[in-house]
Amino acid sequence: MQAPAAAQIVVDQITHMYRPAHGQPVLAIDDVSLEVRPREFLALLGPSGCGKSTLLYLMGGFLPVETGRILIDGKPVTGPGPDRGVVFQHFALFPWKTVRGNVLYGLERAGIPKEERLKRAQAYIDMVGLQGFENSYPSQLSGGMRQRTAIARTLAIDPNILLMDEPFGALDAQTRSLMQSELLAIWRRSPKTVIFVTHDVQEAVYLAERIAVMSARPGRIKSIIETNFDRSDPNLFKQPAFIEKVDEIWGLVRNEAMLAQRLAAG
Amino acid sequence: MQRLIRYSPLLILAVVWEAVARSGLVARSALPPLSDVILAWVQLAGTSDFWINAADSLYRTFAGLILAIVIGALIGIAMASSRPIRTLLNPIVEVFYPLPKSALIPVTALWLGLGDASKILLIFLGCMLPVTLGAYNGARGAEQSLMWSARSLGASRLRMLFDVVAPSALPETLNGIRTALATSFVLLVSSEMIAARSGLGFMIGFLGDGGNFDAMFAVVFTVAFMGFIADRLYQAAMQRVLRWR
Repeated sequence: MQAPAAAQIVVDQITHMYRPAHGQPVLAIDDVSLEVRPREFLALLGPSGCGKSTLLYLMGGFLPVETGRILIDGKPVTGPGPDRGVVFQHFALFPWKTVRGNVLYGLERAGIPKEERLKRAQAYIDMVGLQGFENSYPSQLSGGMRQRTAIARTLAIDPNILLMDEPFGALDAQTRSLMQSELLAIWRRSPKTVIFVTHDVQEAVYLAERIAVMSARPGRIKSIIETNFDRSDPNLFKQPAFIEKVDEIWGLVRNEAMLAQRLAAG
Repeated sequence: MQRLIRYSPLLILAVVWEAVARSGLVARSALPPLSDVILAWVQLAGTSDFWINAADSLYRTFAGLILAIVIGALIGIAMASSRPIRTLLNPIVEVFYPLPKSALIPVTALWLGLGDASKILLIFLGCMLPVTLGAYNGARGAEQSLMWSARSLGASRLRMLFDVVAPSALPETLNGIRTALATSFVLLVSSEMIAARSGLGFMIGFLGDGGNFDAMFAVVFTVAFMGFIADRLYQAAMQRVLRWR
């Protein structure tokens, strides 16, 4: 398969075995192919255990590609790098660093001069609304503030691609919906290619332009759905077209979720 | 004030000691009155001999401890992050960890004589493994997502080791060092009593053999007080270092 030149991320026939330290290897991802355009917001949607996070970690370069290939801007992925910023579900902040220290970390690694670095870190701290908390440690922050710190830390290195692994999954409902609109606002201001892993159908429909629905283990891409809503509409969640889309995708996911439950129950 | 109340049982103990020793129920050589011990300490503190011996002891402890901490922590982190190193060192650590370290006193004396070097080596060997194990366990517990974060923010593998694995290992390493600190005083005093010509342990043995029990007790007190202060200072420093928790 020849990738069109427009694709920024090419996932080409990826198959991945999960090898636990004890026990049998499990087929986690089975022959997945996917292309993502520059500045596209794509959701990877599926039940837990469908391999969607594994796929994200493969793109991130954290797990070795064994079968198939993943190309970023035409080059195969060989390891993690600052061209792909990552936001994890449980924030993964450095607990021994303050908010400022966390946001500064990537800028330090990039060798940016101190003055410039401090200015940039402050700009991103302000952007996520954490001014006044620069010297707080993560243990002193709420979940939403921690995730905002993590997002600021990732955005500060200005990656072309944002890989987000259920970033709002650990937050309460109100904080989650606030963070969702904030993420969209950020994305509108500086469009990046976003791969957003979630098991929340409504979240996927609200945020993404395209949704790749994955099947339960082994993970395959079941269908890819385009959505096109006016995301600035505050009543979007009540629009019939939105509800219909959510229902349609729910129908696709429901079977997989039930299958996944049965698999988990053994 | 609170501190005063907290340590008041010590005052009671001191009064009971004085009373029992003065009552004549126990031999004076077994338990000299506390007031005499304090007087003996004041006298000792007026001699340069006492301070020279104390300085020798402190030097030996800290030299041995610093070696144990630096080398022990490096080995622990290396074991956690490299499988070949782990395979090589794990059985050695397992076998030597429960070894009573005082058994090494004659060994290091045989190798290095009765001076500072044999004590430093002994304390280094005896105190390294708790630090190694603390660093090893702490480093193994380093969260994968933190290591991945550092890598995706542009850190090299080596850099990640310093920036993520080492600080993750810190709390457990510091606990290991606290154990090492206590062990170091045990090893110091016992080795000085058995195989040395100077140091506070040597003074305890020397004064005891000479029947100078008031002074002997005074030196025992000095050692106990040093251990207590070292532990307190260490705990305060530890809390400061781990203030992010």
